[in-house]
Amino acid sequence: MGLLAKAPAEAVARYWSALDRAPAFEWLRRPEVGGVMVRGRMGGTGAAFNMGEMTVTRCTLKLGAGGAVGHAYVQGRDKAKAEQAALIDALMQTDAAADVQARVLRPLAGELTAARDTRAAKAAATKVEFFTMVRGED
Amino acid sequence: MYVAVKGGERAIDNAHAWLAEERRGDTGVAELSIAQIREQLALAVNRVMAEGSLYDPDLAALAIKQSRGDLIEAIFLIRAYRTTLPRIGNSNPVDTGAMACDRRISATFKDAPGGQVLGPTFDYTHRLLDFKLAAEGEVPAAPTTDPRRDPTPHITEFLNRDGLIETDTPDDSTPPDLTREPLEFPANRALRLQSLTRGDEGFVLGMAYSTQRGYGRNHPFVGEMRVGRVAVEMDIPELGFAIEIGEVQLTECETVNQFTGSKTEPPQFTRGYGLTFGHCERKAISMALVDRALRWEELGEDNVGAPAQDEEFVLSHSDNIQATGFLEHIKLPHYVDFQSELELVRKLRAEVAASTRQEAAE
Amino acid sequence: MDATALTGGFADTPVDAARAFRAAMNAMARPGRIESLSGASASAPMSPAAATLLLTLADPETPLYLAPSHDTPGLRDWLTFHTNAPLVGAKDAEFALGTWDALMPLDAYRIGTAEYPDRSATLIVECDALDNAGATLTGPGIQTTERLSLPEVAAFQANRMLFPLGLDFYFTAGDRIAALPRTTKVEAG
Repeated sequence: MGLLAKAPAEAVARYWSALDRAPAFEWLRRPEVGGVMVRGRMGGTGAAFNMGEMTVTRCTLKLGAGGAVGHAYVQGRDKAKAEQAALIDALMQTDAAADVQARVLRPLAGELTAARDTRAAKAAATKVEFFTMVRGED
Repeated sequence: MYVAVKGGERAIDNAHAWLAEERRGDTGVAELSIAQIREQLALAVNRVMAEGSLYDPDLAALAIKQSRGDLIEAIFLIRAYRTTLPRIGNSNPVDTGAMACDRRISATFKDAPGGQVLGPTFDYTHRLLDFKLAAEGEVPAAPTTDPRRDPTPHITEFLNRDGLIETDTPDDSTPPDLTREPLEFPANRALRLQSLTRGDEGFVLGMAYSTQRGYGRNHPFVGEMRVGRVAVEMDIPELGFAIEIGEVQLTECETVNQFTGSKTEPPQFTRGYGLTFGHCERKAISMALVDRALRWEELGEDNVGAPAQDEEFVLSHSDNIQATGFLEHIKLPHYVDFQSELELVRKLRAEVAASTRQEAAE
Repeated sequence: MDATALTGGFADTPVDAARAFRAAMNAMARPGRIESLSGASASAPMSPAAATLLLTLADPETPLYLAPSHDTPGLRDWLTFHTNAPLVGAKDAEFALGTWDALMPLDAYRIGTAEYPDRSATLIVECDALDNAGATLTGPGIQTTERLSLPEVAAFQANRMLFPLGLDFYFTAGDRIAALPRTTKVEAG
């Protein structure tokens, strides 16, 4: 669920449509956009304080066949992304799990890791390598 | 006294229509898209998210477009939108120790584990206008090398080991929220940090600068500043456990401040803390300096009467939306107020004139 | 969490919640007038009116007390999923739900402070039936008099003496709802 929350809506939609499954479902909670108060800690490790909110969309649905319930809490305001994430969550509780894992979750995770590594690799290239000048009197 | 007056609807409608046209500018020039603002004016977007107190880059970009680049107006739009959102819940406190750092520097320790990572910084540019940017062109790819995948430890942990710096102990009690309860004084540190992180960058910068110039001096070094992305986790009641609900870019600054000790505390280093949404270095450092200045009482320092030590002064004036709301309202019609003042001044002048004539006659 | 706890929410949240809010507001503005309120359904013993009211008014920032009559695992789960209101003891509650006897004693609830009289509890009293008969009501929002089948009289008279502090009440039965704010004067029969 964390993976679907963080992934760009475009990527979730791309893998979802490639999966080509459109299970019937009923809403238990229709997609709803809200705010979550993000908290930090004083000094990084101390007592909590409120920083500000982030937009989050959530929904809950139940598959017609089998009745598996899927939840989604995803970053941003994209209701279609929340619906796809909840359907994926529900399908992961059915015998489609292996297929969804292989064709949606794994490649999506790979994409996110690759994006993260690209940034980390650029950051690593800006790491300072200190060298000390040899001074005459030593 | 307020008296409702009517009229001006047509003038207001026409003003709005012209505003829309001026916003678009010369139609011979291509229109800006939200994605262009989000990607190419990212630091403006970050400031709007930090002070608008809502992390959503697309909304912040839209607000900047709508406000014609007036960032305080954009922050106003975001604050207004924010109040329409139902509060789904509160996140668990973010773990900045697990940040995927784009940038991480320390002014106090050269050889910190994880190293000095400059990231995409203006610091070593020469501040010369780059006329190449006036022409469109491809940007060469930034060099890369083996990425670091381990988390980067906080620098203050090293000082902590020797007991040379005060420790911040974890505490999971619910912090107060100034967007829900009106601000009352004395505020505690959690409220001060919330107020500073959404406060106006210029105001917080000015306050921080005043402490450096001697008004409540507290000898800061940037112990560490890091910019990067952290996951946000929240407990989901229907699941019974916490999941990641997204990822935000944050700037964190910890200052290390000299402290000669007080009646209650031994000589040691103390800390100031800044944490903002987005990449907002100037704001994060300023916040840490002002946070430290406001802690004079708990550390047993003297109040030297510096503005940055005055919690009520700082917190009451740091919010640019409150400030601009009160400031700008005086340009709206005050015809009746002014009429009464005019009458008062005429009356006073008449009285003075009468008494002068009387004195002359006597 | 049991799957039945996830059902029974609003079908069309913005419209259903707006209708329910209007009914709840009218009920409180016209003490004693019975409005109909439905749209949400939870498991027994919660009435559809109480379920709809809580879905409309409760959220993560309104602590809720479940009196023993309504403190069941099923209702706890239902309320948590649909409102995420923190479930607390009587003294911390902004809303309390239960039968009249189960909600007692009334001095357990917050009545507000002189600076903030609004920081007080609203009690949702589940009744077997609700009729315009019994106690006589007068006061703001009532043109002449109104009658309502209240569980007793003395408690509401004592509550009115606390004004501007005090508790506010909703009474629910099936899909019917009425209200009694702290401003209403109550007399027997």
